[in-house]
Amino acid sequence: MKEMTYRDALRLGLQESMQSDPTIVILGEEVGRYGGAYGVTKGLLQEFGEDWVRDTPISEEILVGAAVGAAMTGLRPVAELMYVDFLTLAMDQLVNQAAKIRYMFGGQISVPMMLRSQGGTGRSAAAQHSQSLEAWVMHTPGLHLAMPADATDAYVLIKHALTLADPVVFLEHKGLYAQSFPFNPESAPPWGKAKISRSGNDCSIICYSRMVQRSLEAATQLAELGVQVDVVDLRTLHPLDMETVTKSVRKTGRALVVTEDCLTAGVSAELSARITEENFEYLEEPVLRMAGEDIPIPVSPALEAASVPTNESIKQSILKLMRKK
Amino acid sequence: MISENSRHLYLQLLRVRTFEDRVGELFLQGGSAGTMLHLSIGEEAPAVGVAEAMQPKDSFTTHHRGHGIFLARGADPKRMLAEIAGKEAGYCRGKGGSMHIADRKLGHLGANAIVGGGIPHVVGAGLSYQLLKVPAVSIAFFGDGAMQQGNLYESMNLAALWKLPVLFVCINNQYGMGTRLDQASASLEFVKRAESFGLIGKEVSGLDVEEVKEAATEILEMAREGKPAFMKIDCYRFHGHARKDKSPYRDQNEEEEGRKKDPIKFQADRLMEQGVSISEMDIWHKKVADEMDEALNFALETQEPTLNSMFEDVYAPNLTHPESVGSRIDRALYSEILDGDYR
Repeated sequence: MKEMTYRDALRLGLQESMQSDPTIVILGEEVGRYGGAYGVTKGLLQEFGEDWVRDTPISEEILVGAAVGAAMTGLRPVAELMYVDFLTLAMDQLVNQAAKIRYMFGGQISVPMMLRSQGGTGRSAAAQHSQSLEAWVMHTPGLHLAMPADATDAYVLIKHALTLADPVVFLEHKGLYAQSFPFNPESAPPWGKAKISRSGNDCSIICYSRMVQRSLEAATQLAELGVQVDVVDLRTLHPLDMETVTKSVRKTGRALVVTEDCLTAGVSAELSARITEENFEYLEEPVLRMAGEDIPIPVSPALEAASVPTNESIKQSILKLMRKK
Repeated sequence: MISENSRHLYLQLLRVRTFEDRVGELFLQGGSAGTMLHLSIGEEAPAVGVAEAMQPKDSFTTHHRGHGIFLARGADPKRMLAEIAGKEAGYCRGKGGSMHIADRKLGHLGANAIVGGGIPHVVGAGLSYQLLKVPAVSIAFFGDGAMQQGNLYESMNLAALWKLPVLFVCINNQYGMGTRLDQASASLEFVKRAESFGLIGKEVSGLDVEEVKEAATEILEMAREGKPAFMKIDCYRFHGHARKDKSPYRDQNEEEEGRKKDPIKFQADRLMEQGVSISEMDIWHKKVADEMDEALNFALETQEPTLNSMFEDVYAPNLTHPESVGSRIDRALYSEILDGDYR
């Protein structure tokens, strides 16, 4: 099968979308001449010109706010925040403006924009360049939220997201850009559907973004110990495909939610609550959560690595859940 | 010789003030949705003067004190008051209200209740017009309060950098809620600020609507050519910040002096000089009062939204609406019946 890096798949998705939709304009810091801090938009300036791939000043609020206004008036902007940590500077435009405009104005005005960014640990980038802030987005009605775990999903999800009539937050993971994955867009489920990345009958792991890879590696090791894990990759957090999650949990009776954002009031809390509410009679054990520790991300590589779920810690938690430890 | 322009502008000023009076009455009759009603009495000339200078394809955003701008732009007072009353027949189906009124057809990209919140949107609209080659300008209306908000300066910089067809209009009514402008800003040289970003700057008095319209017409044409601009229009907020504010933070002398700068009286005097009779004036006043009374009655009588409409318009109409909390509780308790057994 063909292989592709996560970064190249994103670029291909953006490029093909721009070729078919002449209203797509990319706005962001270093997206043009520099090619994007992580290289995703490299070459797009050369292909589409500087009108359509626009370097902005380091002014996060206006770059997101201008995307909102452009989306209201006929363009489909893709605003890139170099790090999701910088979302704090654009939060009013995302939360009070983009997310609410359709509703506040009674459905008259759509905001078909994308806010692309990346988060997560893995580069010793410390507390202001390593966070996972998806819970803030998920907590805001009116936004779609995609978090691809591999190159195929990076490609299919960004392409679909660029056809939606609502604002979409598209969160990539900095630890995945350079990795190669099998690339098979025909195999991908539709937008809004989760996928079973590995099938097993003993317990379910519910995850997304880079935690899918770690969960799959833990599951491979667990299989050698005789534990068969169902790994559910959510792919999008809005829409949230609880049907697939429910099928998995009712099959296995045990669920571990694995996320990289910190534990308290995080995405794992919402998932755990829903799984418990909707499957109470089917659960053999409490729904467990593995997530980032409730600390700012430290710069020390050793501390950073230990602050989020790892292959090994996921494996150990599953063994506990199976009462094998 | 009576000028048709003078007469039209006077009627527009009068319509705005009478409308704002009816908003007050709507509140007193218990018909308004909440008390967040920010009246623009005393600020009619900036609203009418700029709105009348706009071209049909131009768009705009306003602050939370924007009734006058929208009305002068051509809004239907019935649907405006219905929206302020939170009714289904309002411009936004009763979901936005006074502070979030909008109309795509008239280019109203929304009133905003975050100070400065709508300013970046006109920069984006200007980018659309530039890239899609639409000969339009997008105009941000805001108060002096927003002059101390950071996003204004990010917006000015980007508009100037990209040469966007954008006009920033500061309606300076001297107060950010209860804080007088000189208590909020060390420098009051707002035009200089804008010019330092590379914008064209213009300062006019908000007393004479004709002067505002003339200045706005000139500056809008420059903006249309890709020379973004800033206008500061000085006026006085005749009443408190919102419906219930009696403005205890300013003294009576100041208020009396401020209210002498009345753009409606100023324009009425001009018309009298042009030869309009008092009886003619009375006929106009009656006509405007009737129009606004009809709007008030409509707002009071038209129906409330249905409760189910609460879940509509969160996402595009072809997508699933959010599930209610009650439905989730029912599914938690009766899920086996509803969902079947996957085992």
